[in-house]
Amino acid sequence: MLTRTIIAITATALMAGAAIAADKIKPAVVYDLGGKNDKSFNQGVFDGATKFQKETGIKFRDFEIQNDSQREQALRNFASKGFSPILAVGFSQAQAVAKIADEFPKTQFGIIDMVVDKPNVASIVFKEHEGSFLVGMLAEMAAKSGKVGFVGGMDIPLIRRFACGYVGGAKAANPKAEVFQNMTGTTGAAWNDPVKGGELAKAQFAQGADVVYHAAGGTGVGVLQAAADAKKLGIGVDSNQNGMHPGSVLTSMLKRVDVAAYTLFDAAKNGKFKAGVQALGLAEGGVGWALDKNNKALITSEMQKAVDTATADIKSGKIVVHDYMSDSKCPY
Amino acid sequence: MSARAAELPWWADALVMPVLNLALAFLVSGGVLLALGEDPIECVQIMFNGAFSSGSGIGYTLFYATNFIFTGLAFAVAFHAGLFNIGVEGQAYIAGLGVALASLYFEFLPAPVIILLAIVFSAAFGAAWAFIPAYLQAKRGSHLVITTIMFNFIATALMAFLLVNFLKPDGDMAPETRTFAEHARMPLLQDVFGWFGLTMAQSPLNLSFVWALICAAAVSLLVWRTRLGYELRTLGASPDAAVYAGMPVTRLTVIALMISGALGGFLALNEVMGSQNRLTLEFSGGYGFVGIAVALMGRSRSIGIILAAILFGALYQGGAELAFDKPNITRDMVVLVQGLVILMAGALEHMLRPTVGRLFAGCSTTATAQEA
Repeated sequence: MLTRTIIAITATALMAGAAIAADKIKPAVVYDLGGKNDKSFNQGVFDGATKFQKETGIKFRDFEIQNDSQREQALRNFASKGFSPILAVGFSQAQAVAKIADEFPKTQFGIIDMVVDKPNVASIVFKEHEGSFLVGMLAEMAAKSGKVGFVGGMDIPLIRRFACGYVGGAKAANPKAEVFQNMTGTTGAAWNDPVKGGELAKAQFAQGADVVYHAAGGTGVGVLQAAADAKKLGIGVDSNQNGMHPGSVLTSMLKRVDVAAYTLFDAAKNGKFKAGVQALGLAEGGVGWALDKNNKALITSEMQKAVDTATADIKSGKIVVHDYMSDSKCPY
Repeated sequence: MSARAAELPWWADALVMPVLNLALAFLVSGGVLLALGEDPIECVQIMFNGAFSSGSGIGYTLFYATNFIFTGLAFAVAFHAGLFNIGVEGQAYIAGLGVALASLYFEFLPAPVIILLAIVFSAAFGAAWAFIPAYLQAKRGSHLVITTIMFNFIATALMAFLLVNFLKPDGDMAPETRTFAEHARMPLLQDVFGWFGLTMAQSPLNLSFVWALICAAAVSLLVWRTRLGYELRTLGASPDAAVYAGMPVTRLTVIALMISGALGGFLALNEVMGSQNRLTLEFSGGYGFVGIAVALMGRSRSIGIILAAILFGALYQGGAELAFDKPNITRDMVVLVQGLVILMAGALEHMLRPTVGRLFAGCSTTATAQEA
């Protein structure tokens, strides 16, 4: 306990020190196994870091791991060469970050999608349930049958959080809403199985669903394709996927990992790095829904108004969207 | 003529051929690096320094080498008996269950006992997974290459099922077991050195490395100095002769493959018990397949396997450093270099052989002629 306090104090002192030499940061990113060109999660971080590099001229370095042993190695490598802040992408990095953060108490670390409780680690998590709530409302309002679907990737609490928020939104728009749910699989392969994703979506359309939302990474490509083929509607996730099948993608639930990466680096640059948990929701601009020329015709003014009201209510706290991960239950 | 030309003196077979194949692999990789606009010489330097110039680099090199020694030995033992065990990957993966069993469910025992149990369990699980294909091959004549490779897929599915449904703690995202208790891990060599007051750089190198060397010596003794080893080699050289000599061919096939599976299973000691400290999805990471190349390159001899394993360990570790130092070179490029080495050392091994054989044949004829 005492050592921890001492570490905390030194860390705070050093962070204050870092504030003076703030403009000389050396940021680095360690991606998860998916790699930086995964067209989704990791790539979002890459985009955010690239934007930071372009705007500030501060170069960042990155590393794509090949096996589990390299997580620690890459973090330690960056830390020992004076890089800071070091951003680890994905929940699988938690153990490695915790260990290396202890070894290098002076270095600033960040991790996305997981909480690591160390005095020099900023844990960035997203309130995916809030964004999913909004697209759930939109889906239900767009569905003539009152039936909507959800296709998840790997069956983990994080994805159930998406599903639960989505159900909540659909029920808020129409208490009689019927929501079909399917998970693609139980291992990492479920993130990259577009064929199965397409089959699951087709099955939900056959049951009468008019709109299907996916939170399934690469698998979702098949979901959106199936929606376009069946002349129904799909909903994208993470990045703006409206343009993949213009007119067939109702909207996309945005999870701004790029903003997270950019903000972390920017805070470190200005000496404002803060350890602890940062939950980015609607109010923080961390999640949202996409409206652009590709889906403008699909969103009626009535839908837009309802969602805007809900957004304001969630931001003000009038509506609290249930977080599945808080109690492993979905009350909707 | 060509048959005679392919015969090489033993030292040429053991030294000249691997070096030539390696040189060829690096030559082709160098061409690719040049095309990428990188200096190949500098890249080789980075790889070499990354693998051997620092304590931590050597630690990682030997850590990866430990994996390859186990899988290389596993493949070699079966290969001596003329059996092609492509299933080391799956056998090692299943052996992870054995290690987890020892480290999670026997954690109330003192550390040395847990380590002993982990060794026994990983060997037993690996051998058990090799038993079914072995039995099918020996009794029913099912093709071993097909059955073992299919058993890899079954192992992947089974492990995913067990991890997701039974072994994963509730509420966790990643399908993996909880972390082993401090004393239920394989001691890191840096800690072992620490007991004697010596310091060693940070790396996941652990006592499994010592166990790998012991296994290499034991395999050498088994194959070359025991009756069982003689029988295995006879079976490999000529199955008909083995039958004619009254050797129990069915039993030998099963025994060879179970020893192979047990050796492959030790991979789990290094990865699960030594490095990750928890059972994870796909921890076997393709080491089982690279073990085939290691065994072929090492000519199925223990010394050769250790050297080839260190080479591949250096490629893994040096490759990581290369990808780290050169943002232009992605991890896929590193896999390409590794793949070329495997291709040259394994599959294309016989490409240069006739030419080199002819050269040697030419030299010795000249020598004989001069003597006369």
